Amino acid sequence: MRDRVTMRPPTRRRRPLHLLILALLALGLSACGDAEQNALLPAGPYAQEPHDLIIPVAIIALVVFVLVQGLIIYSSWRYRERADDDGSLPEQVHGNTRLEIVWTVIPALILAAIAVPTVQGIFSQMAEPDDDFMTIEVIGHRWWFEYYYPDHDIYTANEMVIPANTPVRLQMTATDPARDASQGVIHSFWVPRLAGKQDLVPGQTTFLNLQADEPGRFLGMCAEYCGLSHANMRIRVEALDDGDWQAWVDNQTSPATVPDEGTLEARGRELYGDLGDRQACASCHQVWEGDGSRSPGQGPDLTHLMSRQEFAGAIHDLDAENLRAWLADPESMKAMNYELDGIGMPNLNLTDDELDALVAYLLALD
Amino acid sequence: MSSTTTPKLRPTKETGVLSWLATTDHKRIGILYFFTTLVFFFLGGVESGFIRLQLAQAEQSVISEDLYNQIFTMHGITMVFLVVMPLSAAFFNYLIPLMIGARDVAFPRLNAFSYWVYLFGGIFLYSSFFLGGAPAGSWVGYAPLHATEGMSMGFYAIGIQILGLSSLAAAVNFITTILNMRAPGMTFMRMPVFIWMALVTNFLLLFAIPVIAVALFMLQFDTLYGGQFFQPGSGGDPILYQHLFWLFGHPEVYIMILPAMGIVSEILPVGSRKPLFGYAAVVFAGAAIGFIGFGVWAHHMFTSAIGPVARSAFALSTMFIAVPTGIKVFNWVFTMWGGKIRFTTPMLFSVGFVSMFVIGGLSGVTHAIVPHNAQQHDTYYVVAHFHYVLFGGALFGLIAGIYFWFPKVTGKLMSEKLGKWHFWTWLLGFNLTFGPMHMSGLLGQPRRTAVLPGELGATVELYNLLSSLGVIVLTGSALVFLYNLITSIKRGEASGDDPWNARTLEWMTPSPTPSVNFYRIPTITHRDEFWHRKYAEDESGKPVSIPAGASDDHDSDGDDDHAEEHIHMPDPSLWPFVMCLAFFPIAYGMLYFNPWLFALGALWLVVGYFLWITEPLAEGDDDDPEDADDHAAVGAAAH
Amino acid sequence: MAADAHATTLGLDHRKLAMWTFLGSEFLFFGAFVATFLLYVTTTAGGPGVEIFDIPFTSISSFVLLMSSLTMVLAHNAHRQGDLRRMRLWILATAGQGAVFLGGQVFEFTVFVKEGLVLTRSPFASSFYVLTGFHGVHVFVGILLLLSLYSLSLTGKVKKDQDLKTEMIGLYWHFVDIIWVVIFTVVYLIPEIAVG
Repeated sequence: MRDRVTMRPPTRRRRPLHLLILALLALGLSACGDAEQNALLPAGPYAQEPHDLIIPVAIIALVVFVLVQGLIIYSSWRYRERADDDGSLPEQVHGNTRLEIVWTVIPALILAAIAVPTVQGIFSQMAEPDDDFMTIEVIGHRWWFEYYYPDHDIYTANEMVIPANTPVRLQMTATDPARDASQGVIHSFWVPRLAGKQDLVPGQTTFLNLQADEPGRFLGMCAEYCGLSHANMRIRVEALDDGDWQAWVDNQTSPATVPDEGTLEARGRELYGDLGDRQACASCHQVWEGDGSRSPGQGPDLTHLMSRQEFAGAIHDLDAENLRAWLADPESMKAMNYELDGIGMPNLNLTDDELDALVAYLLALD
Repeated sequence: MSSTTTPKLRPTKETGVLSWLATTDHKRIGILYFFTTLVFFFLGGVESGFIRLQLAQAEQSVISEDLYNQIFTMHGITMVFLVVMPLSAAFFNYLIPLMIGARDVAFPRLNAFSYWVYLFGGIFLYSSFFLGGAPAGSWVGYAPLHATEGMSMGFYAIGIQILGLSSLAAAVNFITTILNMRAPGMTFMRMPVFIWMALVTNFLLLFAIPVIAVALFMLQFDTLYGGQFFQPGSGGDPILYQHLFWLFGHPEVYIMILPAMGIVSEILPVGSRKPLFGYAAVVFAGAAIGFIGFGVWAHHMFTSAIGPVARSAFALSTMFIAVPTGIKVFNWVFTMWGGKIRFTTPMLFSVGFVSMFVIGGLSGVTHAIVPHNAQQHDTYYVVAHFHYVLFGGALFGLIAGIYFWFPKVTGKLMSEKLGKWHFWTWLLGFNLTFGPMHMSGLLGQPRRTAVLPGELGATVELYNLLSSLGVIVLTGSALVFLYNLITSIKRGEASGDDPWNARTLEWMTPSPTPSVNFYRIPTITHRDEFWHRKYAEDESGKPVSIPAGASDDHDSDGDDDHAEEHIHMPDPSLWPFVMCLAFFPIAYGMLYFNPWLFALGALWLVVGYFLWITEPLAEGDDDDPEDADDHAAVGAAAH
Repeated sequence: MAADAHATTLGLDHRKLAMWTFLGSEFLFFGAFVATFLLYVTTTAGGPGVEIFDIPFTSISSFVLLMSSLTMVLAHNAHRQGDLRRMRLWILATAGQGAVFLGGQVFEFTVFVKEGLVLTRSPFASSFYVLTGFHGVHVFVGILLLLSLYSLSLTGKVKKDQDLKTEMIGLYWHFVDIIWVVIFTVVYLIPEIAVG
């Protein structure tokens, strides 16, 4: 039953070995990485504060490290038994109260000094931002993140778009796949360059503040083990400047494109709504065409699918080839076991014609 | 012991398989623990090999994600519950009676019971691989993920419950032994530090095991029988599980490290030929660590759903616990200061322990910086940290102990040359494997992912490759150790009774230890009693050697006038083994919800218990079998 | 084994020390379950809550269990005086009261299940059943111990001067009783008063 064989998708970016040799050279330059998921490169105040706190602590730790290791090495060398030893015993010292007090009190004082800013940091990290902030609701599903923008009535997945230089307060919980608390497991939202991580707990609400000082694309991952495809639950945060942000909001709040009659895309739209005796896409995925209110299904909202760059927990580039492979056999693209637990994307046994039409329709959802 | 003329009331064989199944000798049980641990260490090592193979390069899939998740879960469970804890138990078993001047533990058959429960619990856990898949919910088994993983996590809940029972029985046994069976004159402040640490560890077990037992029962009900303890749909709180788990889980960390600290506190003075610097401080620091260890659990939950007040309180207690830990480190270093250090293999591993543990301790302090903990938590930085504590710490200390007491057990020395090869390759392989993880974690690599994401960049990829290469070094090093162990058992150089010029009681007895341990129970007048029987102080306070034979520095048999004529040792018994077999039907009965199988096991347990308590003594001189166990323990006075 | 007590370091028999140690551990076991119950005392998910408890009925069975501690003391007392016959009588009385209590618990569970309080109903139900159920298991084990003491004294395996055995089982039995006093107060009485 549990033989969940998954093959790594052919489309994943493989990095050849020789890149590692290049990295070896890069290693000499800096401890900082070359990627956008680096906790040592804060890009906003909520990542900067922990960073500023840890640097002095790291320096103190380094001093203690050098001191203690130096002591160990020095006494190992200095007090080693020499070849010309006369066999007598060294002085039998049993202890020294003054020294004991010194190495009890000094560490205690250092720690007390560290404790004060730590406690301040805990409260300031968790408090509501002082300035005007934007709320985004985050729901962790197995195995993708969903975002809802209550100010704009926008649903999207995996890629969170935010305005740069604005505090954002995430209001988070976890469910899957039905939208009540009866199912769901703990996840953790972590975009290291913008903020530390915070767990998402089913049945409870947690909060996380983040802010990007500059426009940019920041990477993250689910950081609490959440089962089979935990490794495939990625996060992207796209911070936009004011103009781009407004354009994005305008696009997202407009209804989905409805293809012209008689086109392949239109055929895809029909299939999206009705696959005969198979489960229709529409039963889980919403494409909002302007009527009624937006209400999410079990799967990611597809209204403006092509405004995103990646899909399937943000592990695959969003292009025709990948979409087709995904629809044809989802479990070959991402570890899931829909037959067993109903979590993830089912294999709908689509024919080639159906695949052509559905992919065409999806690619039109910009 | 039993003779051929008396009726065969108890198993009497002293060699062969049956003698091992029926043994109640703490030394043989210790040896059983040791070799079982080696087998599980091999399995856990193979699992780590798969983990490092999978992550050696980005985006590769040597094994499926499902299998990877099973393997990393079992790696954690194995190393914690089936290797480090029972390896400590091996030392407790062998050394506690010897170091306090007793002939056995308080309850020899209960001791055998602990071992068999441990073995069968381990076998039960590993049977999951053949019965639909091993647990794949990580070693912490968080709810509510646990409940959705079904049968495989049933193995987790029930298997660890069984192992907990083993530890609980052992804890009761060892606490009673240490408190109640010390040789005359061995006051608390004359006990060896190892005994102190064993006492603290077993008290930690005593109070931590019931908490995890509760958490595991709740998981079992949720996962297998539809319980609602942690099910958010009906209002259950998944965070409650985290509190219960870590209320056990953090003391568990000290349960794993304190025995190694005790071992190192014994070896460093012997290797430096000086007494332990600040004995009282080391002892009180150990007790303080154990005590405060119950008040820091939520620092494993800093990113969970807990508020700023709780985060602050646990940040402070976590920083606080660093103080007694620091005290110990400085005392160890100053034990070496001014000594004449002989760098034998056990000494090398002890110094390695102190050095590596300092790294793990310092990274531990950085976890208490809660805002930054949110960056470190559940990344490879944490993986690096706890491997520096548990591998660089606990395992280095335990290996030091293996080299140190090997002559005690076998009467032979392990090869020093191979031992030094083992140490330096072990040190290199360890740092190569776990050092880079500090960096890969800070650069954004989360734990427990079946794939190394390529998007983390080439630097992270390189660090992972280095870690994987480190495992190869460690494997080679482990083979050197294994070869050394086997060849030394077979044809090691004879060690004599006291090869290290040691300080504590166990070295007064002949090596290998005779089955009675002590022909005469010694009377204790000093801390480091054996040392004081070998050295006196001259007028200037300098220690001078007492000529051999001038004092009672050896415990020999035969012609000694004082040797006790009749030493009553605990009789072997098969019932602990037979009774423990009942845990298989009980465990599988609970797992598959089969009341008949469960009832069979329960009945077996009850019948086994009756056979146990009504078992006659081999010598037939006491028809109160229950008292037999105590009999041996206090043999000297009872006769 | 009177001699043993003098031979041990603390002057206590090993078995007594071990039993106290073990019971220390058991306090945390029940402590964690009671804490869980308190957390979930109102988490009924729309199902039955504390109002389902029949306080008069449970008071009676609690009283029976409490009285069994008295007979346990009498059994130990009789054993100490070397009167095995009287000891056996009190042992049987103790075990019998334990059995009555268990019977009451089974009856109570049956009624609750009929009223819709099943283990899977809510966190309240799960924590109630598992807490009181594990207490019941402890009572059951105690009865087994008592019966083994009874039968072994019949066959002469337990002798007149071995009152330590009765004392040990008594220790365990009193512990189980004390735990029930806590459970009855915290699980039944206080929530009933608080909720109304």
